[in-house]
Amino acid sequence: MFRYRKIKSTALYALCVASVLLALIPLLLIFYRTLSFGFTALNLDFFTQLPKPVGESGGGLANAIVGTMILVGIGCCLSLPVGILSGIYLSEYGQNVFGTSVRFLTDVLSGVPSIVTGVVAYTLVVIPMKHFSAYAGGVALAILMIPTITRTTEEMMKTVPHSYREAALALGISEWKTTLRIILRTSLGGVVTGVMLAIARAAGETAPLLFTALNNRFWHTTLDQPIASLTVFIYNYGVSPFDDWIAQAWAGALVLMLMILLLSIAVRFATRKRYHEH
Amino acid sequence: MTSTTQTNYGDTIFRNLTRAFAFLILLLIVFMVYEMYRTSASSIEKFGWSFLTRSVWDPVQEEYGALPFIYGTLVSSAVALVIAVPLSVGVAIFLSELAPAWLERPVSFFVELLAGIPSIVYGVWGFFVMVPWMRTTVEPLLSDHLGFIPLFRGAPYGVGMLSAGVILSIMILPIIASISRDVLKAVPRVQKEAALALGGTRWEATRIGLSYARSGIMGATILGLGRVLGETMAVTMVIGNRPAISASLFDPAYTMASVLANEFTEATTDMYLSALVEIALVLFVITIIVNSFARLLVWSVTRKNQAGRV
Repeated sequence: MFRYRKIKSTALYALCVASVLLALIPLLLIFYRTLSFGFTALNLDFFTQLPKPVGESGGGLANAIVGTMILVGIGCCLSLPVGILSGIYLSEYGQNVFGTSVRFLTDVLSGVPSIVTGVVAYTLVVIPMKHFSAYAGGVALAILMIPTITRTTEEMMKTVPHSYREAALALGISEWKTTLRIILRTSLGGVVTGVMLAIARAAGETAPLLFTALNNRFWHTTLDQPIASLTVFIYNYGVSPFDDWIAQAWAGALVLMLMILLLSIAVRFATRKRYHEH
Repeated sequence: MTSTTQTNYGDTIFRNLTRAFAFLILLLIVFMVYEMYRTSASSIEKFGWSFLTRSVWDPVQEEYGALPFIYGTLVSSAVALVIAVPLSVGVAIFLSELAPAWLERPVSFFVELLAGIPSIVYGVWGFFVMVPWMRTTVEPLLSDHLGFIPLFRGAPYGVGMLSAGVILSIMILPIIASISRDVLKAVPRVQKEAALALGGTRWEATRIGLSYARSGIMGATILGLGRVLGETMAVTMVIGNRPAISASLFDPAYTMASVLANEFTEATTDMYLSALVEIALVLFVITIIVNSFARLLVWSVTRKNQAGRV
């Protein structure tokens, strides 16, 4: 009887190991394919040239790379004040029913599908302006970025020891100066981490840009017109029937993945440094 | 003493300023619902509740019903969970019980990295690598051996419900696995030690831990579900985009998120746009319910654990 149980135990653990292998295979395949297909299509032109029309080979996605940065920049301008100030509220004054409900709703907001924020940005910006624009894309990304920034700001400010606040207040520094100059300053590394996570997420979003920022094969001249983004180009090129375009879609996927990889390594580095200080 | 009143004044302003921005988040959610409701008003008025149960989608005749999309979203999510949950629990057990300690940091970094891969990259990979493989290998194999089940019958298109479910399961596996691992790690050692001391095998000790962690794993699963329901790009590229309800998982289907991605820019009439926004509203409401439920579950579990630890 014990033998049977022993065998069963080993067999079930073997199943666990098998599931690890099964889970790893597709993920490694995705990395491998993106790296190998991406690198063969990647060259300097990709970063410096405009997209070429159908039938002409070469060209690059320079405008899309800049476009993604601009869209994320607009998203940051809108989401940073809201995210950081509401995070400060939740951390410093939010120990009440209102704070709890805002915290809960922020969590709920972080689960809203990105395509839905695109629809909201469409009804909010595109319909009144009557055309697609970089602003609309930025609004959609900002809605996605707010919850991450709010919650990390709150969590990071809460880690600052209470004695810091007491010491500052005892020295006669007013509460708001204490919060901004001491508490926020001390937790700045963590807050920046949250912002970078939000940026990484926003930079990889496609769905909310499809019908807000749309796409643009040329350089944009103003922000109230459609603008290119790396992700939308990857999508359009990926589903196209042209080999040149498909190759560039892989290259775009690789560049996007490397951008996000760099960001998350930077985040790792920042947090590790903070832990060492403590 | 004037300085005191001045600083108090500053404090009041600052406090109210931050409160205003916190209130803005609350307002934002209400506003999002209102905006979508306003834009979809003509569709809601015309079709009423039958919008959810009709399966016509005909922009030419201006007849709209969301059933095929709701069905597609629910079934592709179900397929994803059926594949991902057992595997994630296996991975979580491996990481919490069997893996050496030095593996922990690289694994958590890897998981973070995977969670950061944009959905479009999964989509491109799924479109060019997974779909052809499903068409030539997996689906013929399934229909040969399991063809007696209606789910695995029919022509292997490659694109379809099954492919969507598989790519979604790949996407959420790291998330469910990492939360489940944290939950399993939080099981008090005493529980497992007691099982081992009573002569249980290692697996039997693990099972005690599993039953202890059940609600946490449940919460992780529902969080995964919340993410899967709204996943757009990867699904749009592999599901085939055909608004039809069919018994076979091999057949092309459509989800709420992918119909928005594909048809929003083509919505030429007000009614068409209104119907699409109503789909977004339905999706929004479903994900809010699912996410609220998951959050409440996770909150109650952590609160209970904290209380138990004292």
